[in-house]
Amino acid sequence: MVFTVHVDVQLRPGIADPQGSTIERSLPTLGFEGVDAVRVGKSIRFRIEASDEATALAHVEDLCERFLTNPVIEDATIELQVDVGAPA
Amino acid sequence: MSPRVGVVLFPGSNCEQDAVEAIGDLGGDAEILWHGDASIGDVDAVIVPGGFAHGDYLRPGAIARFSPVMAAVSNFAQAGGAVVGICNGFQVLTEAGLLPGALQKNRGLKFLCTTVSLRVVSTDSVLTSEAEIGQELRIPINHFEGNYTCSPGTLAELQAEDRIVLRYVDNPNGSVDDIAGICSAGRNVVGLMPHPERACNELLGSIDGRPLLQSLLESARISV
Repeated sequence: MVFTVHVDVQLRPGIADPQGSTIERSLPTLGFEGVDAVRVGKSIRFRIEASDEATALAHVEDLCERFLTNPVIEDATIELQVDVGAPA
Repeated sequence: MSPRVGVVLFPGSNCEQDAVEAIGDLGGDAEILWHGDASIGDVDAVIVPGGFAHGDYLRPGAIARFSPVMAAVSNFAQAGGAVVGICNGFQVLTEAGLLPGALQKNRGLKFLCTTVSLRVVSTDSVLTSEAEIGQELRIPINHFEGNYTCSPGTLAELQAEDRIVLRYVDNPNGSVDDIAGICSAGRNVVGLMPHPERACNELLGSIDGRPLLQSLLESARISV
Protein backbone atom coordinates (compact mmCIF):
# COMPACT_ATOMS: atom_id res chain seq x y z
CA MET A 1 0.00 0.00 0.00
CA VAL A 2 1.08 3.57 -0.62
CA PHE A 3 0.46 6.30 1.95
CA THR A 4 0.79 10.04 1.67
CA VAL A 5 2.46 11.57 4.66
CA HIS A 6 2.54 15.08 6.02
CA VAL A 7 5.02 15.79 8.80
CA ASP A 8 4.63 19.08 10.65
CA VAL A 9 7.84 20.00 12.46
CA GLN A 10 7.58 22.56 15.25
CA LEU A 11 10.04 23.85 17.80
CA ARG A 12 9.29 22.31 21.19
CA PRO A 13 7.45 24.40 23.75
CA GLY A 14 9.94 26.56 25.61
CA ILE A 15 12.43 26.69 22.71
CA ALA A 16 12.77 30.28 21.57
CA ASP A 17 11.37 30.89 18.11
CA PRO A 18 12.96 34.14 16.92
CA GLN A 19 11.26 33.89 13.52
CA GLY A 20 7.84 33.57 15.15
CA SER A 21 8.53 36.45 17.54
CA THR A 22 9.77 38.68 14.74
CA ILE A 23 6.65 38.01 12.65
CA GLU A 24 4.50 38.67 15.71
CA ARG A 25 6.24 41.96 16.47
CA SER A 26 5.89 43.15 12.89
CA LEU A 27 2.14 42.46 12.62
CA PRO A 28 0.88 45.60 14.43
CA THR A 29 2.94 47.82 12.14
CA LEU A 30 0.99 46.32 9.22
CA GLY A 31 -2.29 46.96 11.00
CA PHE A 32 -2.95 43.39 12.16
CA GLU A 33 -3.89 43.58 15.83
CA GLY A 34 -4.66 40.81 18.32
CA VAL A 35 -2.39 38.12 16.89
CA ASP A 36 -0.17 36.21 19.30
CA ALA A 37 1.52 32.83 19.82
CA VAL A 38 3.09 32.89 16.34
CA ARG A 39 5.31 29.85 15.79
CA VAL A 40 7.22 29.00 12.61
CA GLY A 41 7.86 25.38 11.65
CA LYS A 42 8.42 23.14 8.66
CA SER A 43 5.99 21.17 6.58
CA ILE A 44 7.38 18.04 4.93
CA ARG A 45 5.31 15.88 2.55
CA PHE A 46 6.18 12.54 0.97
CA ARG A 47 4.80 9.13 0.01
CA ILE A 48 5.77 5.83 1.59
CA GLU A 49 5.06 2.23 0.65
CA ALA A 50 4.35 -0.28 3.42
CA SER A 51 2.32 -3.44 3.98
CA ASP A 52 -0.19 -1.68 6.26
CA GLU A 53 -0.85 1.58 8.06
CA ALA A 54 0.74 0.58 11.37
CA THR A 55 3.99 -0.38 9.62
CA ALA A 56 3.98 2.86 7.62
CA LEU A 57 3.44 4.89 10.78
CA ALA A 58 6.25 3.08 12.59
CA HIS A 59 8.63 3.83 9.69
CA VAL A 60 7.63 7.49 9.60
CA GLU A 61 8.04 7.84 13.37
CA ASP A 62 11.53 6.35 13.13
CA LEU A 63 12.33 8.67 10.21
CA CYS A 64 11.16 11.69 12.22
CA GLU A 65 13.12 10.70 15.31
CA ARG A 66 16.38 10.02 13.49
CA PHE A 67 16.36 12.49 10.64
CA LEU A 68 13.48 14.87 10.02
CA THR A 69 13.59 16.40 13.50
CA ASN A 70 16.22 17.14 16.08
CA PRO A 71 14.43 15.80 19.17
CA VAL A 72 16.42 18.18 21.40
CA ILE A 73 14.56 21.17 19.99
CA GLU A 74 11.78 19.91 17.70
CA ASP A 75 8.58 17.83 17.78
CA ALA A 76 6.83 16.23 14.82
CA THR A 77 3.13 15.74 14.17
CA ILE A 78 2.43 13.03 11.61
CA GLU A 79 -0.60 12.83 9.32
CA LEU A 80 -0.82 9.67 7.26
CA GLN A 81 -3.44 8.68 4.67
CA VAL A 82 -3.86 5.97 2.06
CA ASP A 83 -2.79 7.45 -1.27
CA VAL A 84 -6.00 7.21 -3.26
CA GLY A 85 -4.20 8.10 -6.48
CA ALA A 86 -1.83 5.13 -6.26
CA PRO A 87 -2.49 1.96 -8.27
CA ALA A 88 -3.91 -0.78 -6.03
CA MET B 1 57.27 13.95 13.60
CA SER B 2 54.55 16.60 13.19
CA PRO B 3 51.12 15.56 14.32
CA ARG B 4 48.76 14.92 11.43
CA VAL B 5 45.44 16.74 11.57
CA GLY B 6 42.65 15.76 9.19
CA VAL B 7 40.25 18.53 8.19
CA VAL B 8 36.92 17.21 6.92
CA LEU B 9 35.64 18.72 3.68
CA PHE B 10 31.91 18.47 2.97
CA PRO B 11 30.25 20.03 -0.06
CA GLY B 12 29.55 23.50 1.35
CA SER B 13 32.37 23.63 3.91
CA ASN B 14 34.14 26.98 3.61
CA CYS B 15 36.64 27.21 6.48
CA GLU B 16 38.73 24.12 5.75
CA GLN B 17 41.61 26.05 4.15
CA ASP B 18 41.75 28.47 7.10
CA ALA B 19 42.07 25.46 9.41
CA VAL B 20 44.73 23.82 7.20
CA GLU B 21 46.69 27.10 7.08
CA ALA B 22 46.50 27.69 10.85
CA ILE B 23 47.51 24.12 11.72
CA GLY B 24 50.44 24.35 9.27
CA ASP B 25 51.60 27.67 10.79
CA LEU B 26 51.58 26.07 14.24
CA GLY B 27 53.80 23.21 13.11
CA GLY B 28 51.17 20.58 12.40
CA ASP B 29 50.72 18.58 9.25
CA ALA B 30 47.18 19.22 7.99
CA GLU B 31 45.38 17.30 5.30
CA ILE B 32 41.91 17.42 3.82
CA LEU B 33 39.57 14.46 4.41
CA TRP B 34 36.86 14.15 1.75
CA HIS B 35 33.42 13.56 3.25
CA GLY B 36 32.65 10.75 0.80
CA ASP B 37 35.59 8.61 1.96
CA ALA B 38 34.75 6.04 4.61
CA SER B 39 38.24 6.30 6.14
CA ILE B 40 40.22 9.06 7.83
CA GLY B 41 43.54 7.31 7.28
CA ASP B 42 45.96 7.51 10.18
CA VAL B 43 45.49 11.12 11.29
CA ASP B 44 46.16 12.02 14.93
CA ALA B 45 43.31 14.53 15.26
CA VAL B 46 40.27 15.66 13.28
CA ILE B 47 38.80 19.12 12.70
CA VAL B 48 35.24 19.42 11.40
CA PRO B 49 35.38 22.95 9.99
CA GLY B 50 32.85 25.71 9.52
CA GLY B 51 30.66 26.40 6.52
CA PHE B 52 27.32 25.11 5.30
CA ALA B 53 27.82 21.36 4.93
CA HIS B 54 25.34 20.00 2.37
CA GLY B 55 23.80 23.47 2.20
CA ASP B 56 22.54 23.19 5.80
CA TYR B 57 19.44 21.62 4.23
CA LEU B 58 16.81 20.43 6.73
CA ARG B 59 18.97 21.62 9.67
CA PRO B 60 22.67 22.49 9.94
CA GLY B 61 24.55 19.19 10.23
CA ALA B 62 21.47 17.01 9.65
CA ILE B 63 22.64 15.65 6.28
CA ALA B 64 26.38 15.89 6.99
CA ARG B 65 26.19 13.35 9.75
CA PHE B 66 25.25 10.71 7.17
CA SER B 67 28.37 11.37 5.06
CA PRO B 68 30.55 8.21 4.94
CA VAL B 69 33.45 9.97 6.67
CA MET B 70 31.36 10.58 9.80
CA ALA B 71 31.25 6.90 10.76
CA ALA B 72 35.07 6.91 10.74
CA VAL B 73 35.18 10.18 12.71
CA SER B 74 32.74 8.72 15.22
CA ASN B 75 34.83 5.53 15.65
CA PHE B 76 37.96 7.66 16.04
CA ALA B 77 36.23 9.77 18.72
CA GLN B 78 34.94 6.72 20.55
CA ALA B 79 38.48 5.34 20.61
CA GLY B 80 39.60 8.54 22.35
CA GLY B 81 40.86 10.47 19.29
CA ALA B 82 40.82 14.28 19.43
CA VAL B 83 37.94 15.76 17.39
CA VAL B 84 37.11 19.45 17.25
CA GLY B 85 34.02 20.87 15.55
CA ILE B 86 34.15 24.57 14.76
CA CYS B 87 30.92 26.49 14.05
CA ASN B 88 29.09 24.34 11.45
CA GLY B 89 31.38 21.54 12.63
CA PHE B 90 29.92 21.93 16.15
CA GLN B 91 26.43 21.63 14.65
CA VAL B 92 27.53 18.48 12.78
CA LEU B 93 28.91 16.91 15.98
CA THR B 94 25.69 17.55 17.92
CA GLU B 95 23.60 16.10 15.08
CA ALA B 96 25.94 13.09 14.96
CA GLY B 97 25.40 12.53 18.68
CA LEU B 98 29.08 13.06 19.54
CA LEU B 99 28.15 16.08 21.67
CA PRO B 100 24.89 16.71 23.55
CA GLY B 101 22.42 19.52 22.92
CA ALA B 102 21.63 21.49 19.79
CA LEU B 103 22.31 24.86 18.18
CA GLN B 104 19.21 26.92 17.53
CA LYS B 105 18.78 30.25 15.75
CA ASN B 106 20.42 33.25 17.40
CA ARG B 107 18.22 35.02 19.91
CA GLY B 108 18.20 38.24 17.88
CA LEU B 109 17.40 36.42 14.60
CA LYS B 110 20.47 38.02 13.04
CA PHE B 111 23.45 36.42 11.38
CA LEU B 112 26.37 37.46 13.60
CA CYS B 113 29.75 38.29 12.09
CA THR B 114 31.97 39.96 14.67
CA THR B 115 34.78 39.35 17.12
CA VAL B 116 33.83 38.41 20.66
CA SER B 117 35.58 37.82 23.98
CA LEU B 118 35.61 34.28 25.33
CA ARG B 119 36.60 33.13 28.77
CA VAL B 120 38.39 29.83 29.23
CA VAL B 121 36.33 27.90 31.78
CA SER B 122 38.01 24.51 31.74
CA THR B 123 41.49 23.50 30.61
CA ASP B 124 40.62 19.83 30.80
CA SER B 125 39.89 19.25 27.11
CA VAL B 126 41.79 18.65 23.89
CA LEU B 127 41.16 22.25 22.79
CA THR B 128 41.98 24.12 25.99
CA SER B 129 44.79 22.20 27.70
CA GLU B 130 47.40 24.85 26.77
CA ALA B 131 45.18 27.78 27.79
CA GLU B 132 44.67 29.16 31.28
CA ILE B 133 41.48 29.18 33.30
CA GLY B 134 40.00 32.67 33.26
CA GLN B 135 42.04 33.68 30.22
CA GLU B 136 40.13 35.98 27.85
CA LEU B 137 40.44 35.32 24.14
CA ARG B 138 39.32 37.58 21.27
CA ILE B 139 37.97 35.23 18.59
CA PRO B 140 35.64 35.84 15.62
CA ILE B 141 32.14 34.39 15.39
CA ASN B 142 30.24 33.96 12.14
CA HIS B 143 26.91 32.19 12.54
CA PHE B 144 23.12 32.27 12.41
CA GLU B 145 22.44 29.11 14.39
CA GLY B 146 24.85 29.37 17.30
CA ASN B 147 22.44 29.62 20.21
CA TYR B 148 23.36 26.54 22.23
CA THR B 149 20.51 24.79 24.01
CA CYS B 150 20.03 21.52 25.85
CA SER B 151 17.73 19.93 28.41
CA PRO B 152 18.08 21.13 32.04
CA GLY B 153 19.42 17.65 32.89
CA THR B 154 22.14 17.86 30.24
CA LEU B 155 23.06 21.38 31.36
CA ALA B 156 23.41 20.23 34.97
CA GLU B 157 25.62 17.36 33.79
CA LEU B 158 27.82 19.68 31.69
CA GLN B 159 28.23 22.01 34.67
CA ALA B 160 28.86 19.26 37.23
CA GLU B 161 31.41 17.51 35.01
CA ASP B 162 33.29 20.73 34.11
CA ARG B 163 32.46 20.17 30.44
CA ILE B 164 31.72 23.80 29.55
CA VAL B 165 35.15 24.75 28.21
CA LEU B 166 34.51 28.27 26.86
CA ARG B 167 31.93 30.92 27.75
CA TYR B 168 31.07 34.21 26.07
CA VAL B 169 32.01 37.22 28.20
CA ASP B 170 29.07 39.11 26.62
CA ASN B 171 26.59 36.53 25.28
CA PRO B 172 25.91 37.45 21.61
CA ASN B 173 23.39 34.78 20.61
CA GLY B 174 21.34 33.67 23.63
CA SER B 175 23.25 30.46 24.35
CA VAL B 176 22.20 28.86 27.63
CA ASP B 177 24.67 29.60 30.44
CA ASP B 178 26.74 31.74 27.99
CA ILE B 179 28.12 28.53 26.47
CA ALA B 180 30.52 29.02 23.56
CA GLY B 181 32.09 25.56 23.65
CA ILE B 182 31.64 22.20 25.37
CA CYS B 183 33.46 18.87 25.47
CA SER B 184 32.39 15.23 25.56
CA ALA B 185 32.46 13.10 28.71
CA GLY B 186 35.81 11.72 27.49
CA ARG B 187 37.04 15.35 27.01
CA ASN B 188 38.42 14.42 23.56
CA VAL B 189 35.54 15.83 21.49
CA VAL B 190 35.06 19.60 21.60
CA GLY B 191 32.55 21.78 19.80
CA LEU B 192 32.61 25.57 19.70
CA MET B 193 30.90 28.26 17.65
CA PRO B 194 33.82 30.77 17.50
CA HIS B 195 36.58 30.36 14.91
CA PRO B 196 40.05 29.97 16.49
CA GLU B 197 41.55 29.21 13.06
CA ARG B 198 40.72 32.78 12.01
CA ALA B 199 42.61 34.23 14.96
CA CYS B 200 46.05 32.70 14.44
CA ASN B 201 47.81 35.42 12.50
CA GLU B 202 48.48 39.03 13.53
CA LEU B 203 47.42 40.17 10.07
CA LEU B 204 43.92 38.95 10.89
CA GLY B 205 43.68 41.06 14.04
CA SER B 206 44.10 38.44 16.76
CA ILE B 207 46.36 35.52 17.60
CA ASP B 208 44.18 34.38 20.49
CA GLY B 209 43.15 31.25 18.61
CA ARG B 210 46.68 29.89 18.85
CA PRO B 211 46.55 28.47 22.38
CA LEU B 212 43.41 26.57 21.40
CA LEU B 213 44.82 25.01 18.25
CA GLN B 214 48.15 24.45 20.00
CA SER B 215 46.22 22.44 22.59
CA LEU B 216 44.78 20.32 19.80
CA LEU B 217 48.26 19.76 18.36
CA GLU B 218 49.55 18.75 21.80
CA SER B 219 46.70 16.23 22.12
CA ALA B 220 47.49 14.95 18.64
CA ARG B 221 51.19 14.72 19.47
CA ILE B 222 50.42 12.41 22.40
CA SER B 223 48.80 9.96 20.00
CA VAL B 224 51.71 10.15 17.47
